[in-house]
Amino acid sequence: MAHIVGGIGTSHIPAIGLAMARNQCDDPYWHSFFEAYRPVRSWLEAARPTVAIVVYNDHGLNFFLDKMPAFAIGAASEYRNADEGWGLPTLTPFPGDSAFSWHLIESLAAADFDLTTCQEMLVDHGFVVPMQLLWPNTAAWPVRTIPICVNTVQHPLPTPRRCLKFGEALGRAIEAWPADERVIVLGTGGLSHQLDGRRAGFINKPFDLYCLEKIEHEPEILARYSIRDLVELAGSQGPELIQ
Amino acid sequence: MAFEPHLRGHDIWGTTLFDGKAAQRGYPLNKMCFSFNDAANREAFQRDEGAYCRKYGLDDAQRDAVRRRDVLALIEAGGNIYYLAKLAGIFGFNVQDIGAQQTGRSVEEFRAMLRAAGD
Repeated sequence: MAHIVGGIGTSHIPAIGLAMARNQCDDPYWHSFFEAYRPVRSWLEAARPTVAIVVYNDHGLNFFLDKMPAFAIGAASEYRNADEGWGLPTLTPFPGDSAFSWHLIESLAAADFDLTTCQEMLVDHGFVVPMQLLWPNTAAWPVRTIPICVNTVQHPLPTPRRCLKFGEALGRAIEAWPADERVIVLGTGGLSHQLDGRRAGFINKPFDLYCLEKIEHEPEILARYSIRDLVELAGSQGPELIQ
Repeated sequence: MAFEPHLRGHDIWGTTLFDGKAAQRGYPLNKMCFSFNDAANREAFQRDEGAYCRKYGLDDAQRDAVRRRDVLALIEAGGNIYYLAKLAGIFGFNVQDIGAQQTGRSVEEFRAMLRAAGD
């Protein structure tokens, strides 16, 4: 049976990918950030996951406003990235696991989560940057991947309560997969940040620390917030917390 | 520290929720920005901005905001920041540059503000 070896939450901002592409990881601006990932990489080497399920949000590469699913899942044998308009490097395709994807689709539908299924899917920096951070040798990915995309672009967004229930159902679905897989689940949203408006640059460190503690020990506390609460407390991109 | 939910009903200062109304208002502008995922479209825009904006049906306010590279006006005209970031990329602006522009700071001042919030 598949089992979950762990869960990792990480930032996904494109500047990280650009810093890696430009060999700036040891610059003073970046050094302490990248150093913090060393223990994560050592832990991954010991944990030896075979599949990574990456819960992220698309930022306008695969999905446009013509069709905007609340929850979408990849069901392809591989996933590719693209330059996204900024000349980001195109990397070795990420191997998929379509049989496992369809098992998750079936299990989640039975648990009342109706996912948009994608047999073709471009993955953007929300997916790619965490993969690069955890496995810097991008020439050969050591895991198969399953992308799960959550709408954080166009309101209304799924509520934190719905996302917590989704995560619980996803956990049960993973553990019901008969193949002998070691699964890592990545949550690649963000903590407080705001890109747009006169409040751009808003950061709420006390709330971020509160969320980090509650995600681990009492996630149901965070499920009480509305999306609007998260925008006020964590900025207009703060709802990326739901991933 | 506790952060109580559901106590807030007022507008959030300096913040626009990209909801259905904004998504309808900004559809042509965002559709144009979405096209910039393709390098050939970025080049076509750079060859003739006005013609490219007309092709996507941008209204006067949207075309004017593009011409002035005015991010607050682009948002006011229904632009979504994730799509606008692709337009900003054509002009060589990253999200710190556009944060500085929207808050009336220099990029160095904006970066210093971000750093201070993390201390």
